[in-house]
Amino acid sequence: MTITKKGWGLNDSVVLMRIFIGWHFLYEGIIKIYNPDWTSFGYLASAQGPLKSVFAALTNEAIIGWVDGLNMAALIVVGLCFLFGVFEKKAAIIGIGLLAMYYLAHPSFPWLIEANVEGSYWFVNKNLIELAACMVIFQLPTGHYFGLKRLFSKKNNEIKIEKV
Amino acid sequence: MKWTRRDMIKGLGSLPIAGAVWWAGASSSVLNSKKRSELLEQLNIEPSLPSALPPIGGNPIRVGIIGYGIRGEQLCRALGFASKEWLQNMQKSVDENPKHTALKDFQAQDKLNVQLVAVCDVFDVRAQNVVDSFSTKDNPVKRYKTYQEMIRSGNVDAVIIATPDHWHAPMAIDALENNVHVYVEKPMTHTVEETYRLREAAKKSKAKFMVGHQHRQTLSFKTAQDVVKKGTLGHINMIQTNTNRNDDNGAWNYDIHEKANEQTIDWEQFLGSAPKVPFNKNHFFRWRKWWAYGSGLSGDLLSHDYDRLNCVINMGIPESIVASGGIYTHNDGRNVPDVLQVNMEFPEFSIGSSQKAGKEKGMTFIYSATLGNGFNRPTILMGHDATMELGNRLTIWPDGQSTKYDEMLKAGKMRPSTPIFQYDPGANIPDAISSATSQYFADKGLMWTYIDGVRVDSTFLHLREWLSVIRNGGTLSCGIKEGFEEAMVAHMTGLSWKLGRRIDWDHNTETIEPIEGVDFDAILLSSTNV
Repeated sequence: MTITKKGWGLNDSVVLMRIFIGWHFLYEGIIKIYNPDWTSFGYLASAQGPLKSVFAALTNEAIIGWVDGLNMAALIVVGLCFLFGVFEKKAAIIGIGLLAMYYLAHPSFPWLIEANVEGSYWFVNKNLIELAACMVIFQLPTGHYFGLKRLFSKKNNEIKIEKV
Repeated sequence: MKWTRRDMIKGLGSLPIAGAVWWAGASSSVLNSKKRSELLEQLNIEPSLPSALPPIGGNPIRVGIIGYGIRGEQLCRALGFASKEWLQNMQKSVDENPKHTALKDFQAQDKLNVQLVAVCDVFDVRAQNVVDSFSTKDNPVKRYKTYQEMIRSGNVDAVIIATPDHWHAPMAIDALENNVHVYVEKPMTHTVEETYRLREAAKKSKAKFMVGHQHRQTLSFKTAQDVVKKGTLGHINMIQTNTNRNDDNGAWNYDIHEKANEQTIDWEQFLGSAPKVPFNKNHFFRWRKWWAYGSGLSGDLLSHDYDRLNCVINMGIPESIVASGGIYTHNDGRNVPDVLQVNMEFPEFSIGSSQKAGKEKGMTFIYSATLGNGFNRPTILMGHDATMELGNRLTIWPDGQSTKYDEMLKAGKMRPSTPIFQYDPGANIPDAISSATSQYFADKGLMWTYIDGVRVDSTFLHLREWLSVIRNGGTLSCGIKEGFEEAMVAHMTGLSWKLGRRIDWDHNTETIEPIEGVDFDAILLSSTNV
């Protein structure tokens, strides 16, 4: 039953990555939900790049409340799913969607002047890297290895793990 | 199915992580907001809303506009009357850039109970523009050739005066003597002598008199009054306020209209009391550059900066003024300085102190201006306990050596580099501002303010207050007392620059200390320095 590999393997690395991303998403969501003054207005209103007008439209008074609420909920849901190792594929898709929007609102294109950026980026920035990492999680779910799934669908997954 | 200890660890291992992250996020947010509210509670600053005005009921107030130049046009728009030409231009701007808000802001502006019934402008094109744009079947706008005819016509209840400075007082006095209400642009007079005469006329008249310092309506300034009153800054010992502009418009080189000529402009009437010179388009459109018609930086921009602070700390006329400067950036035939430094002394100034009684008293007010550099130097009020930056936004930093905040500084609850209070009523509103000059005015809170997150033209609020007081009675925020102070300060500054010496004010007699052999008004109006 406990035919596990010795040492640090791919599963462990993916789990670590999954937990870190989940951690990050959850913290971003929690920080916002407990701060009554938080709003995505500034981020959206200052959007740049080809989809500038789409993001500007989201700042409309009638919908900004929904935009904020959905963003917080999505962050928390993705965070918890990644941490607990449940519904990873669905969560990864939502995560990819969120990160794509964050990236497109403020893309690291060299011809755009970006204010308040903490690093130096040329097309690729941390949002884009996290997005790629979510793709890995989508393709390599590890909840059965480390996560609640291990407790509920144990047998089926043992074998799969061995194949990795 | 059996679960081993390893299964339990690997299955439930992430639960404590999730719990920890949740706790960390929640406590950090809650702690931050607790710290903030603790600080705000101690400061107890209340961002104030403009006082509610009773509605302007009854028949519409009949208003005449005297002077439909750049400012006259803005004032009419604030009243609710935008020229056809402007509406077309703004529509074009919106078509080019949907974010352009001027048209939307104008359309959203509340309607005032006024009728624009009369215009007086010595330039035919401008007068005709008013007649064509605002005449309706029921209300034809009438053009008057002179202001005297308009004031005596019996058709106007109130006039707005937006002429060159040398016409402000004669027109305002004439209107007040005929009990016609007056809204006059700043500075309210052009000479020292007129300033007393206008004050007399305003006191005697039944009509209401308002000076056009519209920033008195700006929310950040009302909040600043509360900040100062609560002793947040401690003893204010220095104020710095500045003008930095670096564009033609900002240096008063306005456009010259193509149809301007001796046939379309009543040149004699424009000159009035000014020295008789042959027809000159440059003088007509760019009159702010000559002492004969305007008063340069001291009357045009220092007057705003002085009044912005006078409305916050009510410091009155200084005991003395020293000014220096020159024509250093626009040597184009003008005779008013384009770089100017002014020091005003208020040795008796005190609004309370956090230190032992008698240690602190007095303040210097520094105004520094250049029309050859656009770097934004903010207005700052410097007190023993804190520093306040004041514009459309308002920010307060504690001073590292503050007495009042000593404990909080030592406890690490405050840091000199971190603002303890920030007030930005328009924080979430992205602006599409067009020109350098309008940005300059916007930063100073001279263009608009925000009420409940909606951008409102402060000139509109100022005019509305005037109209409301005309109809319902009450006190004007910038009446003759405030106007007297700003005009006198502007004149003392002009005199100091021209004479190259200190000008003193006698508070007991309310006069400028005489200087032997010097006729102040002759100096003020002369085109050369002494």
